[in-house]
Amino acid sequence: MFKVRADRVGRCFPIRGQEGNRDILRVLEEFNLDIREGEFLSLLGPSGCGKSTFLNILAGLDDLDQGSILVDSEELKKHSFDRGMVFQSYALLPWRTVLENLEIGLEIRRVPRRERRETARRYLRLVGLSAFAHQYPHQLSGGMRQRVAIARVLAYRPNLLLMDEPFAALDAQTRESLQIELLRIWEADRKTIVFVTHSIDEAIILSDRVAVMTARPGRVKEIMEINLPRPRSEDIRNSLEFARVRQAVWLLIRDEVGKTRQSLRIRA
Amino acid sequence: MNWRGRWGRRLAGLGVRGVGLLLFLALWEAAPRLGWVNSTYMSPPTAVARALYLLSRRGELGPHFLISLQRVAAGLLVSTLAGVFFGIFIGYFRRLELYLDLLFQSFRQMSAFAHFPVFILLFGLGELSKTIIIFWASLWPILLNTCSGVKNADPVLIRSARSMGASRSFIFRKIILPAAAPEIFTGIRLGGSYCVMAVVAAEMIGATSGLGYLVLYSQETFNVAEMYAGIVSLAVLGLGLNSALHACESRFTSWRRDIRTGE
Ligand SMILES: Nc1ncnc2c1ncn2[C@@H]1O[C@H](COP(=O)(O)OP(=O)(O)OP(=O)(O)O)[C@@H](O)[C@H]1O
Ligand SMILES: [Mg+2]
Repeated sequence: MFKVRADRVGRCFPIRGQEGNRDILRVLEEFNLDIREGEFLSLLGPSGCGKSTFLNILAGLDDLDQGSILVDSEELKKHSFDRGMVFQSYALLPWRTVLENLEIGLEIRRVPRRERRETARRYLRLVGLSAFAHQYPHQLSGGMRQRVAIARVLAYRPNLLLMDEPFAALDAQTRESLQIELLRIWEADRKTIVFVTHSIDEAIILSDRVAVMTARPGRVKEIMEINLPRPRSEDIRNSLEFARVRQAVWLLIRDEVGKTRQSLRIRA
Repeated sequence: MNWRGRWGRRLAGLGVRGVGLLLFLALWEAAPRLGWVNSTYMSPPTAVARALYLLSRRGELGPHFLISLQRVAAGLLVSTLAGVFFGIFIGYFRRLELYLDLLFQSFRQMSAFAHFPVFILLFGLGELSKTIIIFWASLWPILLNTCSGVKNADPVLIRSARSMGASRSFIFRKIILPAAAPEIFTGIRLGGSYCVMAVVAAEMIGATSGLGYLVLYSQETFNVAEMYAGIVSLAVLGLGLNSALHACESRFTSWRRDIRTGE
């Protein structure tokens, strides 16, 4: 059963070319990807290959020009109470306390106030930040803010969770502990997650499958099954299987990053 | 922290901030008394204080002050309503701003005082034209700040809410408006101080009441101490209005308090 089926998706943007002439930037082309119900899928690819663009389309924040996307066997809807997105920059409302931030998704869905409070508290506990319920986001560290952002989207209980480099702005230790935390939470209820990252290690540790994209115009070049046992912990980094998969993914990506560099050099 | 401690600290803070004012008053007192300036044209603060006392005992200061306050309040109320309403409208539909930008910038750059004769021609010398003058002077900062506050709402906040299926009206009420609130309040406070400037000018043209009238009338009748008394009252009016608006602002945007002071 597929949660999402992207079929020959194409997306281009009108841009100004080198001499200021009108040009078209083909970002996604012939992009095919099937995402299974309940899987953790990571998207890897060189910078600018269209990962965020695809995620935005899935989130209903952008349109596609060609092809089609089915979600639960139905045409993708622009408006849906079934999705939630987590951004690299947290996107917390600065005028709301942590607890109030957690409630926003439930407010959108018109959940009654008392139930909202209760759910928000429960998910805040899940990420270990109950003590900070009444603080404002600017009073928290980056890692804590991203925990709040994740708790917020989890409290909303979407069936499709989209994450665009959520841990990219964090230091290495915070990042690793948040990865393990996300795994623990996800392994408990297995909602579908599409996770964009630049880190091969992160993608392998978290995912059931890793989709590697080509340089722009982006499409899925190859999909790697990650057959590491779950529940996973930090230790799998030391396993042989991890090293083998890592090497394979790295080779796939190296070629594409090389292509991006080349095209940049030609332009410069 | 106990109650007395807080007030004690506030008073101490006021003392520090008042150093400049005290020095100025001392200089002002000394200048006419020591003959540095002609005392016919400059009364020392003690004389001004006496004039203030006499004016209020004769029951003249209060009514002048109140009528000026009333004009300022009416003008500011109307300009706040209109400025916030149209500012939101224009900021929300960005295309509109593109068409109106040059027009607004020209109006803002033009001195509001230059329009007074026009309003007098159109609306006569009565209360209406005074209110309109004050309204006009304070409209632009409120409108333009509201507009920019709405426009500058962080797009990632909007995208995050939209990904969870938020409606347009939800995004507007719960994200764009609160995001714009600090800038809107800055506009209102700026508008407030423009109001106090405008009311003086309005009351100097064809008025028979108000602090602006008091200043001009005492100057014409060579009642120099009373003239300064009027000027001082205007400063008090401005300071009072500003701190009232400030209190209102911090009530609505309390979450920013420790960002401002750097915790
Ligand atoms: N609205 C837009 N208008 C014009 N060009 C756009 C727009 N959105 C994205 N692009 C271009 O599309 C390309 C892909 O962008 P996208 O953000 O999807 O890349 P990405 O794979 O997420 O890159 P990164 O890994 O650096 O985040 C980029 O070259 C970008 O400049
Ligand atoms: Mg991106």
